[in-house]
Amino acid sequence: MTEIKYSASRFIASKLKSICPRTVIEYFALIGFIIILSIILMAIFAPLIAPYNPIKKVGELLESPNSKFILGTDGLGRDILSRIIFGARTAICVTLLAVSISLSCGVLLGLVSGYVGGKTDNIFSLVMDAVYSFPGLILAIVLAAMLGPGIVNTAIAIAVIYTPTYFRIVRGLVLSLKESLFVEAARAIGAKDRTIVFKYIFPNVLSSIPIVLSLNAADAVLTLAALSFLGLGLPAPTPDWGFDLKAGHAYLASKIWWPSTFPGLMIVLLTLGFSLFGEGLNEIMNPELRK
Amino acid sequence: MIELEVVNLKKYFPVQKSFLERIFSRRIEYVQAVNNISFKVNKGEVFGLVGESGCGKTTTGRLITRLIEPTEGKIFFKEKEVTFLQGEELRKFRKAVQIIFQNPYASLNPRMKIGYSVGHPLEIHRIATGERKKKIVLEMLEKVGLEPADNFYNAYPYELSGGQRQRAAIARAMILNPELVVADEPISMIDVSLRAKILELMLKLKDEKNLTYVFITHDLAVAKYISNWIGIMYLGEIVEVGRKEEIFSNPQHPYTKALLSAIPVPDPARRRKDLTLKGEVSSSINPPSGCRFHPRCSFATDKCQISKPPLRLVGKDHKAACHLC
Amino acid sequence: MQNLLIIENLEVHYYTRAGTIKAVDRVSLSIKKGETLGLIGESGSGKSTLGLSILKLVPLPGRIVGGKLLFNGKDLVKLDNKHMRKFRGRRISMVFQDPMTSLNPLMRIGEHLIETIKTHKKVTQKEAEERMALLLNEVGIPFERSKDYPHQFSGGMRQRVGIALAIALNPDLLIADEFTSSLDVIVQFQILNLMKKLKTSYQMGMILISHDISLVAEIADKIALMYAGQIVEFAQAKVFFEKHLHPYSEGLLNSVPNIQLSDQKLSYIPGMPPDLTHPPRGCRFHPRCPYATDICREKEPPLIEVETEHMVKCFRYELRK
Repeated sequence: MTEIKYSASRFIASKLKSICPRTVIEYFALIGFIIILSIILMAIFAPLIAPYNPIKKVGELLESPNSKFILGTDGLGRDILSRIIFGARTAICVTLLAVSISLSCGVLLGLVSGYVGGKTDNIFSLVMDAVYSFPGLILAIVLAAMLGPGIVNTAIAIAVIYTPTYFRIVRGLVLSLKESLFVEAARAIGAKDRTIVFKYIFPNVLSSIPIVLSLNAADAVLTLAALSFLGLGLPAPTPDWGFDLKAGHAYLASKIWWPSTFPGLMIVLLTLGFSLFGEGLNEIMNPELRK
Repeated sequence: MIELEVVNLKKYFPVQKSFLERIFSRRIEYVQAVNNISFKVNKGEVFGLVGESGCGKTTTGRLITRLIEPTEGKIFFKEKEVTFLQGEELRKFRKAVQIIFQNPYASLNPRMKIGYSVGHPLEIHRIATGERKKKIVLEMLEKVGLEPADNFYNAYPYELSGGQRQRAAIARAMILNPELVVADEPISMIDVSLRAKILELMLKLKDEKNLTYVFITHDLAVAKYISNWIGIMYLGEIVEVGRKEEIFSNPQHPYTKALLSAIPVPDPARRRKDLTLKGEVSSSINPPSGCRFHPRCSFATDKCQISKPPLRLVGKDHKAACHLC
Repeated sequence: MQNLLIIENLEVHYYTRAGTIKAVDRVSLSIKKGETLGLIGESGSGKSTLGLSILKLVPLPGRIVGGKLLFNGKDLVKLDNKHMRKFRGRRISMVFQDPMTSLNPLMRIGEHLIETIKTHKKVTQKEAEERMALLLNEVGIPFERSKDYPHQFSGGMRQRVGIALAIALNPDLLIADEFTSSLDVIVQFQILNLMKKLKTSYQMGMILISHDISLVAEIADKIALMYAGQIVEFAQAKVFFEKHLHPYSEGLLNSVPNIQLSDQKLSYIPGMPPDLTHPPRGCRFHPRCPYATDICREKEPPLIEVETEHMVKCFRYELRK
C-alpha cells in the first residue's frame, strides 16, 4: 500500500515539476492566471463580497476613502468598491461573450474556408480582410451605435472586430495542414471531408487558439472600456468600469481622484492579467532556446 | 492472376507560376512526373518500384491508390477499371487498396491516440464500433508487435519511436484486410538496425493475408531482398522491368547497370569502378527528346536522341526500353 | 605521424525539460594527419553531437561539460568563441547534411566562396577569385555557374559547393556530417569519389559521420562505432569489417543488405535505442545483446585495446589481453 502511495506522490511531484514555471516569462502566465481567476471569482461571488448595493446611494457624494467606504463614494453617493466588484461581472461577462462569439465564428469560418479553398475562400478572405483593415475601435463604435446598448449588443460589436484574427490564423494553419501527410493518410483510409476537417485538422489547430484568445480578451476589455467611456456600452446604472471612469473623469480637476482611478486600475489589471497569461502561455507552448 | 494493371499512365502537374510570370507568358509548363508507364503486378507478389528521387515512383504510388487522379491512362484492379471511381465505389476501393507512407513521424495524426488512429478505418467503413472495434484494434496492435497492446492503444504518437510509429501505420493500413498495399519507402526513415524488423513484419503479414505489395524504394539492395519483380524508373518512365533474378543477373538498360554499380557495399576491399554515367538527372519539365536517358548515357547514339525506345521484351519476363538492348 | 586531433574523455550533455541527455559520454579518439575516420552510429548515438563539439558548435541546450579536445596540442574546450572562430573554416571545417539550408540563399556561390576566403586570409580580390576558380574546378563545378544562386543547383551540385567552401582554406581537419544522406545513390557515388580525390590531394584529416556503414567502408582508414553516446568499437576499416568484435557491430553489419550476396538473411537488433536521460545500468547495449551476462547488467565495460589500434568496449574481451 505504501508503495502505491509513494509512487503516486512521486508522480504528482514530477507532474508539478514539469508545469512549474522556469523562466520569468513563464511566471507571467502564472501571475496572469491568478489575476484573471481572482477577478472571475470576484464576479461570481459579487453579491457575497460587495459590502453595499452598487446602484443605490449609500453615502455622501464623493466621500474620500475611509473606513466605511474603503474606496470612497462616487458622484451619486454609491460605494465605489461595490461598483468595482459588480463591475467585474460586466467586464467578464461581456468580454467572455464577445470572445466566444468571435472565436466560434472565426474558427469555424477559417476551417471551412481554408479547407474548401477556391472561390469560397477568396470571398471569405476578402470580407475578413476588409473588416480587419478597419481600425478596430472605430468599427466597434459604429456597430455599438447601430445596435444600441446592452450586454449582448456590445458583445457582438466587439466580437466582429476580432473574428478576422481567428479566421486568419486558423485559415493559415488549415492551408498548411491540408497538405500534411497524416491528412493524406486520412484520405487514404477513406475518411470524408467533414471527418478530416473536424477530427484531423481541427485538433491540430486548437493549440494555437488559447494564446490568441487570451490576447484578444485583453484587447476586448480595453475596447469595452472605451465603448463604455463613450457611453455606447451598457446602460446606466449598470456598474461598469469604463462608464465609471468617464463619470469620475470630470472630478479629477478638483483633485477628487478616487472615482476614476479605481475603475481605471481595474481595467488595467484585467487587461494585464489576460496579456500576461497570453504571453506566458506563448512562451510555454513555443519555448525559446534557453541559456 | 493479375492483381493490378497500369496502362499508359500519365500524370502531369502544372508548374506554379508567379503573377508576373503568368502575365508575360501564356504557356503553361508541366512537370511530367509520370509519363506513359505500363506494368502488371501478380497476386501475392511484391513488385519493387525502384528509382531515384524525382523519377515519379511516389507519384505512381499515389496514382495507384487514387489519392491523385491520372492525367491520362487507366488503372485496373482485379481486372476492373478503377481509374475514375467516385463516392461509394471509391470508398469500397479504399478498403481493398491501402498505402503505407515513408515518414512515420508525419503520417499519424499527432492529436489522435494510436488506438483511435488504427481503428478509425473500421469506424469510417462502418465495420465495427465500440468494444468490438477496440478488440480488433488490440489484436492488430499485438500482431504488429506493439505490446502490451493496451499501453499503445492509449498512447499518443509522440510517445513512440519511429519504428513503433511505422508499425502503427502498418496496423492502420492492414486493419481493413486490404488486398493490395502500396508501401512508399516504408523503411528509409527507420534506423538501419531496425529496418529488417519492419520488413519481416510486412512479409509475415503478406503471407498470412495473401497480400500483394507495390514496394517503392530508391534502395536497390532492399528491393532485391523483398521483391519478386522489379521495375526501374527514370524521369517518369519505366526503363526496365522483370523478375528480380533477371534484373540483377542480367541488367540490360545502361541506367540499371549504373544504379547497380553505384550501390555501396559494406566491404572495404571492393573498390568500385567508375560509373558509365555522366552529369545529373535532367529536368522533368523539359525532358530530353527521344530516350530521356540519352544525355547521360555513355552508349548513346543519334537514334537515341531522336526516337524514344519502346519497352520491349529482352528476355523471359524481362523488358527494357533501350535501342541498344 | 603525429596526432592531429586527440579527443580525451569528452562529455557533452543536453539539458532539456525531460532530463539531462548524455549525448557524448566520455569519448576518447585520435586522428592522425591525413587519416580518414568513419564515425558510424544510428540515431541517438551521439555522432553528430561529437562532430559539432569539435567545432564547439553544439546547439543549446547542449554544452560541453568535460574532457579535452587537443587539436595540434591546443585544447579547444578551453577556448572562447573569439579564438575558436580562428579555427572554424580555417583549420577545421565542416560539411553539413543538407546543402540547401547550409548555403546562404541570397548569395551567389562564387561570392560565398570569395567571402569565406577573404574572411580568414589577407588576400586581394583577384587572388580570392583565382582561388575560387581553382576550388570550383576541384569539385567539378563549371566556372560559369559561380554566378548562380544555391536554388539553381541540384542537390549534388550544392553539396559540391558545400565541400568547396569547406576546403577553401586548406583546413587540417574536415568534418562531414551525413554529407550524402540527402543525395541519390548515383550522386552519392560521385560525391564520394570527389572526397576520395580530395583526400589524396589535400592530405587533410577527415571525420566522416554517417549511419551508412557501406558508404564509409569505401573511404575510411579507421572506423569508430558509437552507441548511446559511447564508442563501442574502434579499428582499422579492414579489421572492422572482417574481424569486428562488439555484438552491436555484428548486429549492425547483419542488418545491412549486401547486394553482392545472393541469399542474404537480413536480421535486425531487437529492442530499441536507450533513453539517454535514463540509460540502462551497466553496459548500455545489454538489453539488446544476445550475449549479455550478469556482469553486463551491473557494470559498464571498459574500452580496452584488444590488439594494436583495435579497441572494444565489451566484457567478452576483457580477459583476452
